[in-house]
Amino acid sequence: MTISRLTIHELHELLVKKEISAVELTREHLDRIQKLDGDVKAYITVTDQLALEQAKAVDAKISAGESIGTLAGIPMAVKDNLCTKGINTTCASKMLDGFQPQYSATVVHKLQAENAILLGKANMDEFAMGSTTENSAFFATKNPWNADCVPGGSSGGSAAAVAADLAVYSLGSDTGGSIRQPASFCGIVGLKPTYGAVSRFGLIAFASSLDQIGPLAKDVTDTALILNAITGYDKQDSTSAKYDYPDYTKALTGDVKGLRIGLPKEYLGEGIDPEVEAQVRAAAAKLEELGAVVEECSLPYTRYAMPAYYLIAPAEASSNLGRYDGVRYGLRVQAKDVVDMFCDTRKQGFGAEVKRRIMLGTYALSSGYYDAYYLKALKVRNLIKQDYDQAFAKYDCLIAPTAPTTALHKGQNQDPLALYKGDICTIPSNLAGIPALSLPYGLDKNQMPIGVQLLGKAFAEPTLLQVAYALEQNTTLTRLKPNQGKGL
Amino acid sequence: MISKEVVEKVAKLSRLNLDEAEIALYAEQLSQILDTMEGLQQIDTDGVVPLAHVLPIENVFREDDVGQCFRQEEVLANAPEQSDGMFQVPKIV
Amino acid sequence: MEYEVVIGCEVHVELKTKTKIFCSCPTDFGGAPNTHVCPVCLGLPGTLPVLNKKVLEYAIKAGLAMNCEIAHFSKFDRKNYFYPDLTKAYQISQFDLPICKNGYIDIETSQGAKRIGITRIHMEEDAGKLVHQGATITTSAGSLADYNRAGVPLIEIVSEPDMRSAEDVMAFLTNLKAIIEYTGVSDARMEQGSLRCDVNLSLRPVGQEVFGTRAEIKNLNSFRAVERVVKYEIERQTEILEAGGKVVQETRTWDDGKGITLSLRSKEDSDEYRYFPDPDLTPIIVTDAYIEELRASLPEMPQVKRQRMMEEDGLPAYDAGVITASKALADFYDGVHAHYNDTKKISNWIMVELLAKVNAEGIELADVKIRPEQMAALLKLIDAGEISGKIAKKVFGEMFATGKDAEAIIKEQGLVQISDEGALKEMVAAVVEANPKSVEDYKAGKKKAMGFLVGQIMKASKGQANPAVINQLLTEKLDSM
Repeated sequence: MTISRLTIHELHELLVKKEISAVELTREHLDRIQKLDGDVKAYITVTDQLALEQAKAVDAKISAGESIGTLAGIPMAVKDNLCTKGINTTCASKMLDGFQPQYSATVVHKLQAENAILLGKANMDEFAMGSTTENSAFFATKNPWNADCVPGGSSGGSAAAVAADLAVYSLGSDTGGSIRQPASFCGIVGLKPTYGAVSRFGLIAFASSLDQIGPLAKDVTDTALILNAITGYDKQDSTSAKYDYPDYTKALTGDVKGLRIGLPKEYLGEGIDPEVEAQVRAAAAKLEELGAVVEECSLPYTRYAMPAYYLIAPAEASSNLGRYDGVRYGLRVQAKDVVDMFCDTRKQGFGAEVKRRIMLGTYALSSGYYDAYYLKALKVRNLIKQDYDQAFAKYDCLIAPTAPTTALHKGQNQDPLALYKGDICTIPSNLAGIPALSLPYGLDKNQMPIGVQLLGKAFAEPTLLQVAYALEQNTTLTRLKPNQGKGL
Repeated sequence: MISKEVVEKVAKLSRLNLDEAEIALYAEQLSQILDTMEGLQQIDTDGVVPLAHVLPIENVFREDDVGQCFRQEEVLANAPEQSDGMFQVPKIV
Repeated sequence: MEYEVVIGCEVHVELKTKTKIFCSCPTDFGGAPNTHVCPVCLGLPGTLPVLNKKVLEYAIKAGLAMNCEIAHFSKFDRKNYFYPDLTKAYQISQFDLPICKNGYIDIETSQGAKRIGITRIHMEEDAGKLVHQGATITTSAGSLADYNRAGVPLIEIVSEPDMRSAEDVMAFLTNLKAIIEYTGVSDARMEQGSLRCDVNLSLRPVGQEVFGTRAEIKNLNSFRAVERVVKYEIERQTEILEAGGKVVQETRTWDDGKGITLSLRSKEDSDEYRYFPDPDLTPIIVTDAYIEELRASLPEMPQVKRQRMMEEDGLPAYDAGVITASKALADFYDGVHAHYNDTKKISNWIMVELLAKVNAEGIELADVKIRPEQMAALLKLIDAGEISGKIAKKVFGEMFATGKDAEAIIKEQGLVQISDEGALKEMVAAVVEANPKSVEDYKAGKKKAMGFLVGQIMKASKGQANPAVINQLLTEKLDSM
């Protein structure tokens, strides 16, 4: 029996019909984690005791005849940069090794309120900086499709856990593609919601004006169900949007007739793997076949997104990561005075990529460079947003690659700049704050999944889900499963 | 090209203790990265408003009502070192 | 060479909100260490600030009271630096778009009237408190951090370098404190740390336009310290310049015990704050309607009140100045005046009796037990001849100590003035009989003897005799002899 392969909505049916109990479902996942995660290394922390307790509580509700929500009793994982009270929250950094926050993130509370089952905390690039999950201070996560490949990042653990059926779904965070790119590399669905749609309270900040929490799931329906649970205004987050959040499952109509879809040329061509581009065009053709209107379009400032992003994000990060100074929590390296304690703690606590970005950000904010770098980047950010505004005046949705390539091989890229360039397809939407979804769409010649990205204007998640669902219902290319014998 | 001196100054501001090899490496890498940023300078951004917030949200306030604080032991729960209900740090200067 | 001193002040005022600026922890003083702390003000990873609306309201009120322009668009920035009292390694403050700018405070000194410019007022959060284990920060073995104060709302008021003497600075601070008190946005008590002052001071040769190099002396928490610092720094910098040296631009600290300033750190290191807009907080848009609503809610400011006391109440400039310098004192005056009309008498009693007691006891006016209506009742008793001025002072002392009504004290202690002619005639007769020499002198035309006799009668009556009646009875008696 492969219940671990099932989706949220399929498992919910089984739970309601009492064909399976939440405890059985949870045990199944915990057993798989025990058996397989030694290889995949998706989890930093497994909360087996807690998961079983939560599952028992759900089973008690079901036996008592209480109605349960769709997420109730469904085992999931959250990225290790989401604060979980009393449970290790490390950001995959030595700096926070053993750190047990005194409070939980808003999204964690929301999932608890839905009676979700927390299996554990997923591996990631340290402080979400990276695109391979090789920057974890603890260990690298493997791609379930090919153990020699990276799962992508920074939410690589969250993506690998879902792809390897070590969790039914997971939460990640996306600052420059950190949900979508690993979803693409691992052949699952990943969505970065509109900035402000999901509370950031309790998400350990990387770059505050770009960070968004979102789901990684096995299909589009699950994505909508998770979104229903995690979106919403939060008075603890000043940047949280007061908005009449819809029931996202209502968007799953399968109908895209008359939808206007743009195919931005800047996301195709040079720098994009031809196999990836071919699949994007194939998906566009499929939508056309289903009655959508597809046109090539242009977002001329796209090529400036990478430099703008790599100034803004490190600048915010350099400030956000100042608090790791060894005084109140986390690592402390003893030293003769406070300044040495700060410097030695941060030297030993942070990995190379984190230090590189702190340095870059500090430099960009330094007096004498602020106007030329940071302020300029914020202006360019506005131009990028205006590009999108103009595009969305004409189109309901844009279609593009999620990443220029399929999953990279382990250790393939030691050059930071080359890795930064791998984010070109995902970064612009973070700068503009708009929602973007990565949908698996076929495999390359090496049997590695390809991701197609859908982008919409702010709060157009329903449109993205509508388009993704139509593709999912009309091809066999979206629900991909790794050959686990080979991959692991 | 970013000089070693600039890297050292930035490391000091960042409270990062870097060794010689790291300083050399970051001098090179930061130079390369910043070179690619130079492209931004070609763009005419006269009259463009810097976009610090993507959503048009403003005037988010809370009322002046007292809420729940942590107990002292919760505040200190993760303290690397503590004394008399406070966080212990080495001497300042 | 003759030098001119140039002084500007940065004044931090703690706002009297119930909760901190970005979280709902109370701002109360006196809790055990780290008990007014939550995830937000502790700077735990993942926490986010939300602005206390009262802080904005109070900052705007302070700005209006100091004649500032209020910004329609304002924002918060992060000031990045590492220090163990700072929980996030940045202080949320305002950099290029402060909530208020371009105001002024008028002062009066022995040199006449003068206007001191207010460059800006901005909102920010306070840091925590460090307790140094040892005698001073430089000799301590280590320090302890208490974050109860972390996140307490402050406004920083930055003046123009318009002051030229210690007297200017004292007048500026006195007026600033009074204005803040009047607006009700802060207790503005220097001794309790709710008003702290940094002094920027430089010297330049008289006639030179360019400013000299300045030293910044931080965190002065008493008026006396400010005055001493100004005098000390003028001396210190003059000595350096006269010896042909150069003043170093730096931050200095005041050692109150030794009466000297000491170098804390050189400026170049701390200047690099890497300010940038705080992405966790949204812009603040203030409408004209809101500004006008707040303007209308402001009470009369000390300068206006002072003028009114001079014109309407006929008080001398000095009296009006002293009384309006403190909101509590002015309120007390108004309270008495509501029940009693002789304004000069009120001001005399406040300035002489009340302030003497307050200063002697070292208490705050807010803690004075006498209520204004009780003071009015006392003054009425004097006017009605129920008690003499001398007895009234005694009664006042008792009221100050106990908070009891004047009438009750008079009754309890039998202090009612004796105006009964029968009783007084006996006293007059007895004194006249006992002092034949004085009577003789009086008869011989030495009118001074009259005063001595009155004094004797008052003494015999333990001060309770009505002096007017005594005068009359004694004159009658002597003339009849």
